[in-house]
Amino acid sequence: MSNKKQIVTIKGTKDGLTLHVDDTCSFDEVLKELDHKLLRNYVDDDQPMITVSIQLGNRYLNEEQLEQLREVVRGHNKLVIHSIESDVITKEDAMEWMKDSEITSMFKVVRSGQVIDVRGDVLLVGDVNPGGKIAATGNIYVMGHLRGIAHAGINGDTNAIIAASYMKPSQLRIANYISRSPDYDTEGVYMECGYIDLNQEKIIIDRLQLLNQKRPDLSGLERRMLNG
Amino acid sequence: MGESIVITSGKGGVGKTTTTANVGTALALMGKKVCLVDTDIGLRNLDVVMGLENRIIYDIVDVIQERCKLKQALIKDKRFEALSLLPAAQTSDKSDLTPEGMVKIVQELKQDFDYIIIDCPAGIEQGYKNAVAGADKAIVVTTPEKSSVRDADRIIGLLEQEDIESPRLIVNRIRNHMVEQGDMLDVDEIVNILSIDLLGIVADDDEVIKASNHGEPIAFQPNTKASLAYRNISRRILGESVPLLSLQEDKGMFAKVKKFFGIRS
Ligand SMILES: Nc1ncnc2c1ncn2[C@@H]1O[C@H](COP(=O)(O)OP(=O)(O)OP(=O)(O)O)[C@@H](O)[C@H]1O
Ligand SMILES: [Mg+2]
Repeated sequence: MSNKKQIVTIKGTKDGLTLHVDDTCSFDEVLKELDHKLLRNYVDDDQPMITVSIQLGNRYLNEEQLEQLREVVRGHNKLVIHSIESDVITKEDAMEWMKDSEITSMFKVVRSGQVIDVRGDVLLVGDVNPGGKIAATGNIYVMGHLRGIAHAGINGDTNAIIAASYMKPSQLRIANYISRSPDYDTEGVYMECGYIDLNQEKIIIDRLQLLNQKRPDLSGLERRMLNG
Repeated sequence: MGESIVITSGKGGVGKTTTTANVGTALALMGKKVCLVDTDIGLRNLDVVMGLENRIIYDIVDVIQERCKLKQALIKDKRFEALSLLPAAQTSDKSDLTPEGMVKIVQELKQDFDYIIIDCPAGIEQGYKNAVAGADKAIVVTTPEKSSVRDADRIIGLLEQEDIESPRLIVNRIRNHMVEQGDMLDVDEIVNILSIDLLGIVADDDEVIKASNHGEPIAFQPNTKASLAYRNISRRILGESVPLLSLQEDKGMFAKVKKFFGIRS
């Protein structure tokens, strides 16, 4: 036994404990070994809570198994799970993730009464007319006149942005923030974008060039891997 | 084989019936055989504007329900042979007309006429669906008001889902002094928003109302601005390239309209 590879390796870091779980043995063995190891690392009641990160390597766990794993950790005093990470995901999850990160291109005028609803980002080559609406779980880019409603990050992504060649929207919505046009008549603006300023707690409309500072990771795919 | 064109707008009272009567008249004046079809069941107007109300015996619902032959229901214009009218029913229910029934009637009319101009009721419900069912092409009428343009946009969106050529636009009842003062949308702005081809513009003109009241569409008159506007629209329908009339008092092109008309088959 002793010369065998460890099934669970525990490392202490400044953020708490990291548990590396061997990905070649059976799941039952993992649970047993984990319980055992944690018992030996018993913490006193007067100590503060310790956060635990679990690294699964190339092991995939379904929801049920994840719950079992959490059970074991919870069974021990003073431990809270911070994260459980695996290097693999199911094909299904990968496809879902891909859909959320894809850009859908469209060539049309979104007219009064019409609604475009897109998973991921949307690039519209055409106008959104007053009374029309374009919505996406990700970002919205309009190559044309945005005169209707645009709603980016509909599932709550406050990092989402709305960019348009010409902005004169009746409403901009990002995640659950809403801003509307003023009640007096205004001229539209060219090459602008809307994003949420979390300090000011509202949607800001600004020059497109500023996006690079405000959302530096916008041009990479990485942000979605991290968010996803 | 003739061609069928529906005149529609979404919003009520913007000039669909007036446009149908005048475009039809102008086309007939140019030697085409034209049949006007009123699909506004219960609120028929086209017969009144054409001055043919007293001649109605059968109507479109009689044809659908086979109380008469299509030919029996057609009313020949009192001024000239080339123009006919198929009147709407005044007392029937809207649901007596169906899209299938319209397709059949329009198909039959196409055998005998060069142009079938269909007057559509306001709204986007059953009446609209009936009127559009038999049409090859569509003309959208709007006035230079925001609400009217909004409804035109809605209708264009719906038309794009039909098996119909991209619609063309008529801006009706333009009041030049209001446009100049910025109290009315200008044509350029409207075309910009709706992004469809402009077929023509018609000024707001008391003569139009007078003529309609006399049952004599203004297009019959030789030289008013409005009749010229309708004749130009008809020439564009025939595929000619005619520049837009100036609405200003001085001669020349309507300066703000950048679009020219291409010839279409
Ligand atoms: N260019 C114009 N100048 C002045 N008056 C006009 C003009 N065009 C239409 N009108 C007037 O506007 C009124 C409405 O026109 P019309 O009946 O053609 O509209 P419509 O769209 O057919 O209405 P509905 O939706 O009720 O069928 C009429 O009194 C008509 O005479
Ligand atoms: Mg009418």
